Amino acid sequence: MSVDTSTGQAAPERLSAGRRVRRWLGANALRVYMGIAFVYLLLPVAYTFLFSFNDAGRTNLTWQGFTFDNWLNPCGAPQVCQSVVNSLTLGLLVTLVATILGTLIAFALVRYRFRGRSTTNLLIFLPMATPEVVLGSSLLALFLNIFVPLGFWTVMIAHVMFCISFVVVTVKARLASLDPRLEQAAMDLYASEAQAFRRITLPLVAPGIAAAALLAFSLSFDDFIITNFNSGQFTTFPKFVYVSATRGIPPQANVIASAMFFIALALVVIGQVIGVRRRKG
Amino acid sequence: MSIAAAIAETADEGPKGPPPKRRGRFIPYLLMLPGALWLGIFFLVPLVTLFLTSLQTPVAGGDVGQFEQTFNFANYPETLTDPNYYVPLFRSFLYSASATILALLIGYPLAYGIAFKAGRFRNVLLVMVIAPFFVSFILRTIAWRQILADEGPVVAVLRVIGLVGPTGGVYPSAIAVVAGLTYNFLPFMTLPIYASLERVDHRLVEAAGDLYASPWTGFRKVTLPLSMPGVVAGTLLTFIPAAGDYVNAALLGTPKNTMIGNRIEFTFLSVNDYPTAAVLSFILMASILIMVLLYVRRVGTEDLV
Repeated sequence: MSVDTSTGQAAPERLSAGRRVRRWLGANALRVYMGIAFVYLLLPVAYTFLFSFNDAGRTNLTWQGFTFDNWLNPCGAPQVCQSVVNSLTLGLLVTLVATILGTLIAFALVRYRFRGRSTTNLLIFLPMATPEVVLGSSLLALFLNIFVPLGFWTVMIAHVMFCISFVVVTVKARLASLDPRLEQAAMDLYASEAQAFRRITLPLVAPGIAAAALLAFSLSFDDFIITNFNSGQFTTFPKFVYVSATRGIPPQANVIASAMFFIALALVVIGQVIGVRRRKG
Repeated sequence: MSIAAAIAETADEGPKGPPPKRRGRFIPYLLMLPGALWLGIFFLVPLVTLFLTSLQTPVAGGDVGQFEQTFNFANYPETLTDPNYYVPLFRSFLYSASATILALLIGYPLAYGIAFKAGRFRNVLLVMVIAPFFVSFILRTIAWRQILADEGPVVAVLRVIGLVGPTGGVYPSAIAVVAGLTYNFLPFMTLPIYASLERVDHRLVEAAGDLYASPWTGFRKVTLPLSMPGVVAGTLLTFIPAAGDYVNAALLGTPKNTMIGNRIEFTFLSVNDYPTAAVLSFILMASILIMVLLYVRRVGTEDLV
């Protein structure tokens, strides 16, 4: 772009190279800055992807050469796939429970005025403002004191606990922006309260609930700190990666992470395209 | 879309919802019961247990990990005066404050560019901001090891510029830990700021220009104040988790860079000294709460919950 303008106005003032660079930077400073920020954000993602092709046995730290073997054999390293299955099972169950509990609270908070409403708001806010280390260690202190064996269920309890708040705020935001007149109009047209809820409110809130469910799933799937405190022998994918970091992470972990990245990206793109179509049509 | 956006959403409550109903007195309580019980039993009760644990002392002649309830408040001053603990605590706040400032310096212009200069690429850029979340954060942190390693690209560039000597490096070090923290929480900073910038009415900025404000004055007097709720939400969403994090310090630092999270984890899970770990957890939470309250009061957005 800068080249075009400088050749266009060639004669009038001869700018030194340094000055031209400075002038271009002046006009495009924000873009350059954003470009650097995006490199910073995405470089580790690129590295994770790149190292999924690394021809390394167990210690995937330095580049050893290119291979497709890891992609052809994603379960090749012991425990990788088991940990992914564990994380997926856990994530689905946590999402289901946290979404239901959180959505109910969101409805209560937005639709009703009642005693204890601000206390409830505080109860929802506090877990989000508490560092994960404290959440994890306090729950472990409870489990230790009442002798609950650690495993799948203790992790599930912990995940639902910290996901509820995020579901509440997400659904609440959607619910609060709904036009109340739509529901009133339905009832003016002789819909019962239940019908108005089922035919009008629920479909309109559904995107918020879906977003909350996705958020809960990704929080649960990616959690490490709270899981590490409450999991005992149970291994999730992040825990597997962290534990093997000392010995060297098998490249299969990068394969799985990269595959999930592209699946998630595809879902987002599909969602966006559908959204754009709907707005147009 | 994301935690950050969701919280930014609540930070300044948007359009008000339908008029709250007054009839059906028990319905809201019934709706809330299961979730509130879950939070009560698995969030509030554990905090009480943790507090009780922090007042325990070892059983005389007992095994490792055996403690009895003696309400020994001396655990607190004892732990706080031990340099093994107050140094990492101080370091945690130093690192997380640095990471928060860096994330603000990177995230604000980024959010501003996406909100005002991206045009039809806005959604694409937003997806690029959240894209890192699609890769497990532990793997991304480990990727930083490879990027910052002595044979990696960053050190090569720094050696050419002369910022590090021919044998020097940046991993493992305090710089690597702060870079990792900044990196991991940058989207949490960017998204709420974006959410509040997106709502800024362009006509207000234009009006400032019509009244002979320079673009910079217009930004400082109009855009910046209007985006403050996002800045507050973003700094909190970065500072709080960064202060309690131990993954970055464990993966990118040396033992000299341990943060309070590492101490809590180690004391709890490896030493099995539950009272000391509980004391540390409480001190961490209390200091964060105090700092957040002071900060929020100073910046002047009370309407956070």
